[in-house]
Amino acid sequence: MSNSIKKEDDLKHLKPLTSPFEEEMMLNMGPQHPSTHGVLNFLVVTDGEVMHQARPNIGYLHRGIEKLAEMTPYTGFMPYMDRVDYLAAMFANQAFAMAVERLAGIEVPERAEYLRVIACELNRIASHLIATGALGLDLGAITPFLHWIREREFINDLMEELCGARLTYNYMRIGGVYADIPSGLPDKILRFLDHFEPIVDEYNRLLTNNEIFVRRLADVAVITPIDAVNFGLVGPNLRGSGIEIDLRKILGYSAYPNFDFEVPLGKGFRGTQGDCYDRYMVRMLEMKESCKIIRQAIENLPAGEHRAKVKRKLKVKENEFYSRIESARGEMGVYLISDGTDKPYRLKIKTGSFTAMSIVEKISQGLMIADLVALIGSLDIVAPEVDR
Amino acid sequence: MKELADRLFLMIFNIEPANSPYLALWYALIIFLASFILLNFAALFAGITSFVERRIAARIQSRIGPNLVGPQGIIQWLADGIKLFLKEDLVPKDADKILFRFAPYFVFTGLFGAFVALPFGYGIIAADLNIGIYYILAFTSLVVLGIIMGGWSSNSKWALFGALRSAAQIISYEIPTGLSLMIVIMLAGSLSTQSIIMAQGGWPWEWFVFHSPFTLVGFFIFFTSSLAEGNRVPFDLPEAESELVSGYNTEYSGLRFLIFPMAEWANMWVVGALVTLTYLGGWQVPGVSLEAIQSSLLLILIGIAIFCIKSLAVVFIIIQLRWTLPRVRVDQMAFVCWTYFVPISLLSLIGTMIWMLIFPWETIIGTVIRIVMFGIGAGVTIWYLLRIRYNYITDKPRFERFKEAPQWYPPWKMP
Repeated sequence: MSNSIKKEDDLKHLKPLTSPFEEEMMLNMGPQHPSTHGVLNFLVVTDGEVMHQARPNIGYLHRGIEKLAEMTPYTGFMPYMDRVDYLAAMFANQAFAMAVERLAGIEVPERAEYLRVIACELNRIASHLIATGALGLDLGAITPFLHWIREREFINDLMEELCGARLTYNYMRIGGVYADIPSGLPDKILRFLDHFEPIVDEYNRLLTNNEIFVRRLADVAVITPIDAVNFGLVGPNLRGSGIEIDLRKILGYSAYPNFDFEVPLGKGFRGTQGDCYDRYMVRMLEMKESCKIIRQAIENLPAGEHRAKVKRKLKVKENEFYSRIESARGEMGVYLISDGTDKPYRLKIKTGSFTAMSIVEKISQGLMIADLVALIGSLDIVAPEVDR
Repeated sequence: MKELADRLFLMIFNIEPANSPYLALWYALIIFLASFILLNFAALFAGITSFVERRIAARIQSRIGPNLVGPQGIIQWLADGIKLFLKEDLVPKDADKILFRFAPYFVFTGLFGAFVALPFGYGIIAADLNIGIYYILAFTSLVVLGIIMGGWSSNSKWALFGALRSAAQIISYEIPTGLSLMIVIMLAGSLSTQSIIMAQGGWPWEWFVFHSPFTLVGFFIFFTSSLAEGNRVPFDLPEAESELVSGYNTEYSGLRFLIFPMAEWANMWVVGALVTLTYLGGWQVPGVSLEAIQSSLLLILIGIAIFCIKSLAVVFIIIQLRWTLPRVRVDQMAFVCWTYFVPISLLSLIGTMIWMLIFPWETIIGTVIRIVMFGIGAGVTIWYLLRIRYNYITDKPRFERFKEAPQWYPPWKMP
């Protein structure tokens, strides 16, 4: 399958979709399907249970967030960024805040950076809970998902105390965070971590080491390191193929250089390197690393201001900047062009789910329909992040 | 059944049955009554099991489950039934309308027909057929016909996938089921369900499951294959909701949809009763001879209770499995059947034949071997229970720790 974008080739390519060959069947998976994780559509050409092709068809959730940015002042745009990825809103907040701070030359206080790290890592755990739980749900195991939802409820409660919202946090501000951490909350977070880390082992007993679960995922939908780089995979999907790229380590943005943590890589835990099980395991291991980071951050939380002084009407000189952070779904980039007014000239958001969608068509050939569900689940695709 | 009808006739009308001109009418009435009771038993069992399963599932998933309709939600199943009853009976525009309407009846008939030959106690059986097991196997095969009809006539690709998966699955797993039932039939020397129970004894080491290592293997294969035939997790491929939306019943609504889950839950009793009567000693009371049971009404009632407890234990294990395991893939399902289950069940059939020749049932060595096998079986059961206890004890303190924080969402308080 060529990756060319020439129009004639594309039409030829589409032909078997619109008029399938004999003994082939075209199947419309989605937009309303239980396991497409939101509003996605896959055009699947199958021969019985075996897929010959699965083409993702996106755009059902496009809300024009990038265009909205051009009409909204910098300081008022933060709530929109929550909606880019509702399962990991903190990261989108941070990516946008970092871009504006860099353009306006604002110094963020040390305490605010630490609070950002705590919030982001809690959010990473919450997002990975959904990702790993929903993967089990896609494979028919309903119970693990509900156990993970219970744990996520604790994080939602913590977040509610931290920033007043449970899902779309709107916590970060340009130059810091919305409010200082309430007294008593650090203890509560530590108590949650004490509770959560052994729960991961319980979950492993329930699902991760289940033989049926392993056989459903191991050696299925293997993404080679070369493919992973060529298709622009990011985050846990890329690290599942064994490539050690973690922006927290490489860029060392925010307060991350101060913390000691490891970057889990897929090494073929139960099958080939880069299979669905590796991507799942990378997420499971990352949750434990996040716990480590939060512990260190709370221990060394510096005193001081939680927010730098920023003018209410923030005007940014003509300039451009691309800020990158390591979101729960990999690299999230915000490309911001300013033109001297209080509104951005142009905003472009790069997300991990969008690039992950591009590899589905290549990997899905020859898989079974049940494996497509596992592949989507292991890539951790969130539909609003794809379309923005 | 005929003797029972005759005895009742004599009791009520005080006329010798053979002399009465209304005997045929009496028989018809008895048959009607029996089928009425059985139909209600199947429907009530399906309903109440649906509620019980939801409560067990909620317990496993640390939530509450239905608890509002009636005390502790005990009549939730009735509310669900009424809701589905009041729904519009939709038929898709391009569906094959006749087949679409007929398919649920096939499913229902296939399931309900099996109840006729299932015993509940000594003499408590609608029809003690001399080909009982064969009849049950043949009749439950009608279910797959209904599923294929429903899936094909819906004119939906997802429903078609579900139907074809169901066909492949049920036809594959008929073979290990039949072979492992052959072991029991050979040991009992009869196809009649009552004779199979009578050939066993009350004590666990007199059950067929502990007859030899081969029957123990046969028991596990029979139980697993029954799961596959009943479309239960981990073999619920035909209605895999995360892959095929809802499988063969995607396009159904209202009462016609209700038939499918009802048949699934009623099938759990069929599986439980079949496992109990073939391998687990049926209604035999421990320490009581067959003649004593035959003469005493109390012992018959105790037998019914024992039979129900054993069946419900099997049903509980089926429910527990459903809420614990993921689903297998369609090729793995076929692979497991044809590479492991069919040869192993064939081997255990041959092994049992040889075992029967070397260690006959009545001899001392046969009894000793059965007691040893029972020890192994009891060990496995105790290990299973200890594992549950271990998991419970290891996980409990983690929730205890939060007890000092009353303001926080408390999972340990859940019923």
